[in-house]
Parts: sequence; structure tokens; C-alpha cells
Amino acid sequence: MLAVGVIAFALFRYVGDPVVFMLGQDATPEDRQRMTEALDLDKPFYLQYAKFVGRALQGEFGLSLHQLRPVSTIILERLPATLELSFVAALLALLSGLWFGVYTALRRESWLAHLIQAASLIGVSLPTFLIGILLILIFSVTLGWLPSFGRGETVSIGWWSTGLLTASGLKALILPSITLGLFQMTLIQRLVRSEMLEVLRTDYIKFARARGLSDRAIHFGHALKNTLVPVITITGLQLGAIIAFAIITETVFQWPGMGLLFIQSVTVADVPVMAAYLCLIALFFVVINLVVDLLYYMVDPRLRIERAAAH
Amino acid sequence: MKNRLLAGLAGVVLAVALAGAQAKTFKYADQGDALSMDPMMLNESLLLNFTGNMYEPLIERGKKLELAPGLATDWKQTAPTVWRFTLRKGVKFHDGTPFTADDVIFSYERAKGEGSDIKSYVGAVKEIKKIDDHTIDIVTSTPFPILPQVITQWRMMSKAWCEKHNAVNPSDVRKGVENYASTHANGTGPFMLKAREPGVRTVLVPNPNWWGKKEHNLTEAIFTPIGNNATRVAALISGEIDMMQPVPLQDVARINANPKLKVLQGPELRTIFLGMDQARNELLFSNVKGKNPLKDVRVRRAFYQAIDIVAIQKRIMRGASTPTALMVAPGINGFDKSLNGRYPYDPKAAKKLLADAGYAQGFEIGMNCPNDRYVNDAEICQAVAAMLAKVSVKVNLTAEPKATYFPKILKRDTSFYLLGWTPGSYDSHNPLFALMATPAAEPKGQGQFNLGSYSNKRLDALTAKISSETDPQKRQAMISEAFKIHKEEFGHIPLHQQALSWGMKKGVHLVQLADNFNYLRWVTIE
Repeated sequence: MLAVGVIAFALFRYVGDPVVFMLGQDATPEDRQRMTEALDLDKPFYLQYAKFVGRALQGEFGLSLHQLRPVSTIILERLPATLELSFVAALLALLSGLWFGVYTALRRESWLAHLIQAASLIGVSLPTFLIGILLILIFSVTLGWLPSFGRGETVSIGWWSTGLLTASGLKALILPSITLGLFQMTLIQRLVRSEMLEVLRTDYIKFARARGLSDRAIHFGHALKNTLVPVITITGLQLGAIIAFAIITETVFQWPGMGLLFIQSVTVADVPVMAAYLCLIALFFVVINLVVDLLYYMVDPRLRIERAAAH
Repeated sequence: MKNRLLAGLAGVVLAVALAGAQAKTFKYADQGDALSMDPMMLNESLLLNFTGNMYEPLIERGKKLELAPGLATDWKQTAPTVWRFTLRKGVKFHDGTPFTADDVIFSYERAKGEGSDIKSYVGAVKEIKKIDDHTIDIVTSTPFPILPQVITQWRMMSKAWCEKHNAVNPSDVRKGVENYASTHANGTGPFMLKAREPGVRTVLVPNPNWWGKKEHNLTEAIFTPIGNNATRVAALISGEIDMMQPVPLQDVARINANPKLKVLQGPELRTIFLGMDQARNELLFSNVKGKNPLKDVRVRRAFYQAIDIVAIQKRIMRGASTPTALMVAPGINGFDKSLNGRYPYDPKAAKKLLADAGYAQGFEIGMNCPNDRYVNDAEICQAVAAMLAKVSVKVNLTAEPKATYFPKILKRDTSFYLLGWTPGSYDSHNPLFALMATPAAEPKGQGQFNLGSYSNKRLDALTAKISSETDPQKRQAMISEAFKIHKEEFGHIPLHQQALSWGMKKGVHLVQLADNFNYLRWVTIE
């Protein structure tokens, strides 16, 4: 995280000068100079960074230069939108990816499996913003079924605003979560399929069949379980990616999350918001990797045994 | 229990049905958000426009940008430096406190104080004297004929409310504290702030106690920023919003073809022009060493005449621009139609001028251009580069986002650049002073945006006189003289005024002001 901060601050100088956007066209050069000095923008980046870390350690991220509101408030306002979108997208990707993967592995020759395989190629290769705009074109503009932007009505539970409890909120969630989850879904589907095919060829599956176990028990009790380790790794790592890459989806759908906030901040060189966002994303990655590692123990008994033996 | 629930439900259904019958909700979108609800925080049109629904100035702009009584019913000059304003009686702020002379004096102190970005609008004011609760004298430091024009963006805030909520000064990033007035509002205007989610959604409702005659028929207005062009267009076509702007030029035909929608286009006050470095003795990014070709008026004229403005208008702006020969648009005080004829497009003459100046073989020059600030800005620069190539001037174009472009050109790190300008005061003195007069330390801000440092002593002298000349005819003569000098010396190359383009449902009626303001008080929906 510290490293992310250093790199971020070194790069911020190339993003532009926030003062240009903080003062209108009639401000005098003296006004501009005073503002630059007050913001320490005339100092080298490592000093700016040191100051940022010093304050961040006290939980203080300063004021957004653009909105003039505390960065922590702004990020907390935007966090629920991004997390809800990301988790729904990840869940969608995981469940449908698993289902499609298993299906295409077991019924390799059926026409539906071929169709899914072909469709997943499109999902892997089309850029996210294009998928988003295509979905808007079909479901909002042509059919008029779903909203093209925003989050719909939200309900506040404490500081958390949720769109999951209202009809318009749920409707608004559909297109962005498909857009965001599609790539991960096809990834998981292809992964599950190839792992599953691999496992189905192994000896213990053959033994299981010889023992006369039902197809159901073999496929889901043994084969699927054994494919899960790589799937969890990928899904876990991809969850971080989903949160981070929500930027594009959020921009296309005007989804009021952190990604949109980040893009808005970049266009006006709002350094405090950018810094806080990048550090938060770095934190997410660290936490998610930790959780993924812990999940291994649950799914893979061998790891537990090795550990026990080592004691 | 069940019955009570049913009754409650029925009540809700009834209420919804009733509201549905009367509710006129106007949903509209812009590519950005109004940064703050504080009308003094940033001198930027979207913020001034949006807060202008809630806060009002002493003198308003009418539907044709003409001056109209706002919170002052009457004003007149009683001495060269004194203006007597009669304030409107019986006006109340949204919180119910009455509007009086004390609020005007407070708003003046706030506007010129720390953290305010609208200082320039009250810069000429020396002091404000309270005569009685509804009469004030505004005293200027020098005779200032255009005071009524200039103060139309200076809006009145409540003294009591600001003091109560610790918002006596606009937000100041240096102090590191949030300001109540940036997320709350208490004006005298026709609309009140109901909900504010910065960057997401802002909801306004009509002020039932407004002093004026209601011309709108709205019960609510919801403003949403939608940054992505394609999404904004899709939201309009799918009917989720009633109005949005700007319409990307490539989508104008498509929206007009839709039977339910229309595009309202009109000339904007902003003038787009090219600037040229006339200060350095050697151009920064050029193969000409030891001299600066742009110091030669023949070279500047050659650039001007090599640009085919009609092609730019037709091909790049798709008709949505008005070519101009002046640095101000019609509608700006001081615009002179007789000077607005362009020198003709004539590449042959341009080549000859370059040859006469000693550049028969042409030369190389660097050009800077924003790519996300004005309508098709980067495309305009590309076209200019291609046109100059035809007269053997090789342009190395750098087009970049405004966040890096503006710091660069404000440091004058450029030889050839594109800029747009709307005079905040709606008066010609502003562009003369900021764009055309010689950059100088005194008076403050002179030539601040004259980034190529064009300089003419006579123009400087005229600019100084124009600021305090009270006779309108003499003043106009001086403005015209200054514009003529600038035009004949090719101080800048004016290109065009871009067109506003607003997309909306056919049942929406509103007033498109040339300063790109859209006041809710004139919006009606069928």
C-alpha cells in the first residue's frame, strides 16, 4: 500500500494542476499563486506524500479540492454503490460461470454447450464499455425495459445506502452488474469447464463410477469439488479486479460509485481523492488475497493435513 | 391489524395516484455537476446557473439577457461613482427571514472576502452604504458605467443564516473544513434545495412564497450529471430524462429524427480563437532559430487567411458554429457588427505573405490544444494543422486533456494555442482587459489570458479609458477602435462561436440563454 502511494504521488504531477479548476477565469495570478502554496503543490512529491501518510495514519484524508468536502465522507458515500455492484457482479459471474462451466463440461456435444462456448468467446474479447453501451442500446433505448444510468431509488441503513431493497434499485443494478461480471463469468466458465474435463478423466472418478455411485454424486460431490481450488483463487483475485475495474462500468452507466468518483477526480486533478481511492483499492487487494488463502484451508483438506502433520 | 394495513395501503395508493395526476417532475442532465450549492464558490457557468435557481442577484438577466429587476426594483446613478438601489420589499429567504439591506452588505463582504471566486464581479465596488432597510448606495472606486451588467452574477445570501451555520465565508480548502453552504441553500429564489447528493443527484422544489410571477409549472426538478456522452443520449432517447445538454454534434441528426425529441440549437456567447506567441525572440517549438516569425504581422495574417473557416464550420462543427472576426459574440455589450467581416480564406495570398516575410519554404511550429474542453476542440486544431500544411507551415500538434493543457498554456509554455472565452461581465471590457491588453502586473489581471503577449499601447490606453467612460456612445467608439486595431494587427485569430445544443422531449418548453444558462423558472412541461 505504501508503494502504491509512492507511485501514485510521483505520477500525480503529470495529471495536471488542480488550481486551474479551483479558481474561475477572473481570478488574479496572485490568487492562483497563493492557492498553489497553500496546497503545497510547489513542494516536491515526496514531501507531499509524507504529509499525506502522516495525516492518513490519523484517519484524516483532507478535503477534496474539487468538492471541498472531506475525502473520507465522499468515499464513504460512494463505497456502498461500488461494493454492491461488485458483489452482485461477482456473485452473478460465479454462479452462472459455475453452472455454465459444469454444463459445458458434462454435455460437451449438445448445441447449447456449443452456443455457450461461442458466447463466452465474445464475452472474453469484447471491451467492457462496448458491452455496456450495447446493453443500454438494446434494453434501455430499444426495448425500454431497464434504466440506462444511475442507481434508482436507494434506502439508507445508517451510513450505508443500498439499492437492493427497492424495485428501481434492483432494476438499475441489472445492466451494470452483467456488464461488469460478464468477463469474469466467461473466465470462470472456461476455467471450470477445462478443470472439470481434466478431473473427469482421472482415476478416482473412474473408481467412483466403478463403485456404482450416481452421476450426481460423482459430478457434484467429487468432480466439482476438486475443480474448486483454482476457481476460488481466480474468483477471489478477480473480485479485486472487479472492484478496481468497476471504473469503466461505472462511467458508462453513471453509477455513483468510487470508480466514477475517481474518473471525475482525474479530470480535475483532485489529488486527495485519487490518493485515498488508490490506497483503498490496494487495501482491498490485500484483504481479498488474505481471505482467498484462508478459503483454501476450507476447501482443500490436504492443506489442513499437511499443517497438522507439521506440528 | 390487517384492516389497518389495507387502509394504510389504500391511502398510499391514493396519494401516489393523486401525486401522479399533478406532479410535473423535470429530470435533466448535464455532463458535469454543479460543484457546490454555494453561489460564490466558483466562477463557473454551471455552478452560477444552478445556484441561480435558488439565489437571486439585485439585477437579473431576462430571456434575451437584457437587464431586469431582481431583488432591486430600481437603480440609478446619482453621482459618477454612486448608484442608488431600491430593494424589493416583502421578500423572504427560504427559511422565512426577511431580505434587507443588511443582507446585501453581508453578501458584498462575503463576495469580496476569503475563499470567494466571484471577487471580480464586485471588484469595482468600494463600499455599500445602507440608507434604510430597503435602500442602499453602491459606491465604486472609479466611475463604473457597467456596474449593473457586472453584478448580475453576484447573488444575495442571508446574513443571519450564514452566521448561524458558520458559513460567513465560502468554503476554503486551505482551512480544511467543510462548509454548510456548499451542501445546503437558503436563497430568495423560485426554487428550494430539497436533496443534494454531490455528483449523483440534486433535487429542487418550487418555493411557494416566491415574490415573482410563476411562469413554470414544475412541482419538482431532478438534476443528474451524466458524464458519458453515449449514456446521456441513451437516457434521453429512452425517456428517462426530459432534457440534457450538450448533445454531441454527431447525435443531433439522430435525436431530431426521433418523433418524440428535438434539439434546440443557438449561438453561444463563447468565442473560440487561436493565440500566437508574440513575445519571445525565438519560438519554443520551431525550426526557425534566432527569430520569432509570429512577431511579423504578415505571418500572423498568412495563418489567418490559410484557415478555411467555412470548411471547419461545415465538416467539423456540422453547421453548429458561427464564424467570427471579433473576439466577442453578438449579445456582448460592445459587439460591433460592422467589424465582424472576416478576412477571406485565401491560401495563395497566405503563401505570398509568408514569402514576403522570408518564409517561402515555410517553417515548423508547435501547437497546443485541449481535447475535452470545447466542442470538437482537438478536431479543429487538426484541421488548422492540415490547412497550414498546405501553405508549407508544418504544425506539430499536441492535443491533451484540460487538466494538463491549462497549466501548460497559463505558464505561457506555448507558441500557438486554442482557447475559448466568455466574458463573465457580458461586456467587451473583459476580453479587452484579460485577452488583448499587454500582460502587466498593474492593474491586477491585465492580459492574464493574453498568453501570446500581443501588445499595442493604443489598445492598452483605450482599455483603461473604457473601464471608466460613462457616456455609452463614446465608450462604444473606443471599444470599436480597440477591436479594429486588434483585428488589423491579427493579435489573435478568432474562429467561431460554437452553438449550444440541448436535447429534450417535444413537450418541454424552456428558454435557452446564450450564456448556456437554463433557468428552471421558465421551464414548462406538458
